[in-house]
Amino acid sequence: MPRLATDGEFHGPSIDEFFPEILFNIAGIPVHRIHLVQFLSVIAIVVILVLGTRRMKVVPGRFQSLVEMGLGFVRGGIAHDLLGRKDGDRFLPILTTIFFMVLFMNITGIIPFLNIAGTSIAAVPLLLAVVSYVTFIYAGIRRHGFRFFKNALLPQGVPGFALPIVAVIELVSTFILRPVTLMLRLLMNMVVGHMLLVLCFSATQFFFFTAGGGWAALGVGTLAFGGAFTLFEVLVAVLQAYVFTVLTAVYIQLAVAEEH
Amino acid sequence: MDATTVLADINGHLAAVGYGLAAIGPAIGVGIVVGKTIEGVARQPELAGRLQVLMWIGIAFTEALAFVGIAVGFIPFP
Repeated sequence: MPRLATDGEFHGPSIDEFFPEILFNIAGIPVHRIHLVQFLSVIAIVVILVLGTRRMKVVPGRFQSLVEMGLGFVRGGIAHDLLGRKDGDRFLPILTTIFFMVLFMNITGIIPFLNIAGTSIAAVPLLLAVVSYVTFIYAGIRRHGFRFFKNALLPQGVPGFALPIVAVIELVSTFILRPVTLMLRLLMNMVVGHMLLVLCFSATQFFFFTAGGGWAALGVGTLAFGGAFTLFEVLVAVLQAYVFTVLTAVYIQLAVAEEH
Repeated sequence: MDATTVLADINGHLAAVGYGLAAIGPAIGVGIVVGKTIEGVARQPELAGRLQVLMWIGIAFTEALAFVGIAVGFIPFP
């Protein structure tokens, strides 16, 4: 929870921001502010995508063309580009879901009064990373059968004495580090982005209202930084959605690729 | 309190120092990735689209180390 500096001292943001107080329970599961933000962004995705794809016209209106642009970007720019037409269309639903889910949950980080990204608690990035993990292993087994694990762990052209080392490195990097870095990249981008914004704006509040006097000049600077970082967070939100989707597509591509 | 104790006394977030060290490698790496991409686009402007996709993938892999660096700071060590 954002705290205001009332006791004359400056309180920086801490990791407690992401463990707010429990508001109520649904069927024994505690629900707090960030969960409500996640519910809101899910509702927003459903409403926007349903409204944007109902009663489609041949000549799209402004709203319809915006939705079409987003869907077309995932299809043309990510799925077909990296996986080809056939595999791209097979995995398009999961890539589209990942892209829009990450995008909408990230963008709540800079929407006034929500002010926190739905992806800034571990659950959502973890879920998406597991989905991506299961998808690329499924894609590999579907295409190559058990040979997928052999291809992944024992690349061809490696001399025999190096095989055990290479196998261990490939095991760690493919089956452990991939999901972990997918999750950490998204989570930490959102956590750090939120902390930077809180730091800038709580410092502004402190300089203007608690310190006062000449300190207010510094407050102008922190306010400007806060504004700049808000714009930067828009970029990060879109970029992380793109990177998460592209990496999932790349992992699927590597899994279905023919060994040569 | 003797001199060594005073000199070795560190206050505040040690994690911030650790993160600073952890960020050096990824910073250099991302710089190389982006620099090489610009070089490539300058030589072959028609490949800009493909190179950009590869650049983002390269950046994503490189900067992962920096995020591990941030995450470690939040792990409560006994």
